[in-house]
Amino acid sequence: MNGVMEFLRTTGGLLGLFIETLYWCKSAISNSDKVFAQLYIIGNQTLPVGALIALFSGGVLALQAGPTLAQFGLEENVGGLVGLSLAKEIGPIMASILIAGRVGSAMAAELASMSVYEEIDALKTMDINPVRYLVMPRFIAMVLALPVLVIYMDVIGWFGGGLVALVNPEVHLSLDVYYRNLSELVDFVAVVNGLIKAMFFGVIISIVCCYVGLKTKGGPREIGYSVTKAVVMSFVLVLVSDYYITRILLFLNID
Amino acid sequence: MERKIEEQESNTTLLGAVTSEQNGRTGSVLLDYLKCAAVGLKIDNINRSFGDNHVLRGVNLNIEPGETVVILGKSGSGKSVLMRHIIGLECPDTGRIFVAGEDINDPEFKRNHVLAMVFQSSALFNSLTVSENVALYLREHKIFTEESRIKEIVSSALEIVGLQGKEDEMPSEISGGMKRRVAVARALVMNPEVILFDEPTAGLDPMMTRTIGDLICDLKHQIQITQIVVTHDIDLAFYVADRIAILSEGRILEVGTPDQIRSSTNSGVIDFIKPQFA
Repeated sequence: MNGVMEFLRTTGGLLGLFIETLYWCKSAISNSDKVFAQLYIIGNQTLPVGALIALFSGGVLALQAGPTLAQFGLEENVGGLVGLSLAKEIGPIMASILIAGRVGSAMAAELASMSVYEEIDALKTMDINPVRYLVMPRFIAMVLALPVLVIYMDVIGWFGGGLVALVNPEVHLSLDVYYRNLSELVDFVAVVNGLIKAMFFGVIISIVCCYVGLKTKGGPREIGYSVTKAVVMSFVLVLVSDYYITRILLFLNID
Repeated sequence: MERKIEEQESNTTLLGAVTSEQNGRTGSVLLDYLKCAAVGLKIDNINRSFGDNHVLRGVNLNIEPGETVVILGKSGSGKSVLMRHIIGLECPDTGRIFVAGEDINDPEFKRNHVLAMVFQSSALFNSLTVSENVALYLREHKIFTEESRIKEIVSSALEIVGLQGKEDEMPSEISGGMKRRVAVARALVMNPEVILFDEPTAGLDPMMTRTIGDLICDLKHQIQITQIVVTHDIDLAFYVADRIAILSEGRILEVGTPDQIRSSTNSGVIDFIKPQFA
C-alpha cells in the first residue's frame, strides 16, 4: 500500500513539476543567460564522450550485421541497417543514457545539495521561484540539446559503421556503396522520428532529475541516494516510454 | 549600564564606521536605499505537528515595530520551526501570523511586504560569487535597471558587513563567519521590514560571535529594523535583545526584557539561563 501511495505521489509530483515548468517557459527569453549556461554545460560534458560512444556503436552494428548479411550476399545493405538503427533507436537511446548519466546525475546532485543546505529555502524567502530559476533553464536546455546531440551522434555512428564495413574483411564494403545505401534508406522522416523521441526523452530526464533533486531531504547520504534514484528512474522511464512513443509514431506514420 | 557602554562601543565598529566621515559615502548608499519602515509582528496561537510530534503548541508572541526579539530555547524546542513559519516556508496547522496587520499566508502579502532571513547554514549559492549572491534579489526582481546601481548597493552592503574587497570570492573560499555576514548583506539588500536570524552564531568562534552580535545591534540602532533572532546562545541573546522569549517544548514560557528574564522566578527559565559551568 505504501508503495502504491509513493508511486502515485511521485507521478503526481512529476506531472505537477512538468506543468509548472511549462508555465514558467514564458520567462525563457528573459532568462536566456541561464538557458545558455545550461546548454554550455550539457555540450561540454557530452560532446567528446558522445563522439566516442557513437563511433564504436556504429562500428559494432556493422561488425555484427555485416558478416551475417554477407552470408546472404546482402552486405550492400549494411549502410541502411546501421543508418536506420542509429537514426530511429540507438541514437536517441544512447544520447539519452549519456545525458542522464552525465548531466542528469549532476543536475540531481546540484539540486539535492541545494535542498539539503537550505539554498532552495533561501530562494523562496527571496520570492524567487525555484522552478523558474532552476528547473526551467535546465528543462529547455535539455529539450533543445538532446536532439542536437542525437544528430551529432548519428553522423559519427554512421561514419563508424562505414569504417568497420570498409576494413572488416568479411564485409569489405567501400564507403561509397555504404553511404549510397544509407542515404537511400534513411530519409528525413526517419531522422525526425529519432529527434521527436529525443525531445520526449529530454523532457523525461530533466523533469525526473530536477524533481528528485528538489525533493531531497536529509544530508550527504540522501544526496547520493537521490542521484542514483534520478539516474535509474530516468533510464527506466526512457526505455519504457520509448516503446510507447514508437507505437504512437508508427500510428501517426512518422516512421 | 555595562551593556549600554558595550553597545555604544560596538556601534563604532560596523555601521558606525561606514557612516563616519571617512567611509560614509559608500556605506550610506545602502542606508539611503533602505526605507527603514519598521513593522510589528503578531504570532497568534500557532500549532504545528509533524506526524505524532507536536512541535509548536499554541505559540503567541507580539513584536513591536523596530524591536529586536530573541527567541531563546534549547535544541529541539521548535525555534527554527517557528522561524520557518514566520518567513512563510511552513504553514501552521492552526493559528495565524500577522505582519503589519496582514496575514503572511495572504496571497497579496508578498506584494506588500518583504521579510528576509539569515539561515543557520548561510545558504549561499555555491555557484555564484559573493557579490552575485548579494545581488541576486536585485537582479531577479529587476529592482534597478542600471547594473552600476546594483554594484553600488552590493558594494555598500558588503562594506557594511565588513567584507569590502571580497566581491569576487566564491563562498567556498571564505570562512563560516564571512559566509554568515554575506548572508546578512544579502538579506539587507532586499530592503526588508523584518530580518530573521536563525542561529546566527552557531559554529562561530567567540570573536566572530561578537562581530555578528555587533552587526545585529548596529542594524537595530542605525536602521531601526524589526529583528527576530533565534538562538540558544545566551550571551548573544542578552547582548542584542530588546526582549527575550523563552521557548520550551513548543510553548513560550516567558517573555520580557533581558533584566526581567534574569530576575525570572520561573524554574524553566532559571534552569535555561543559569551558567552551566559555574
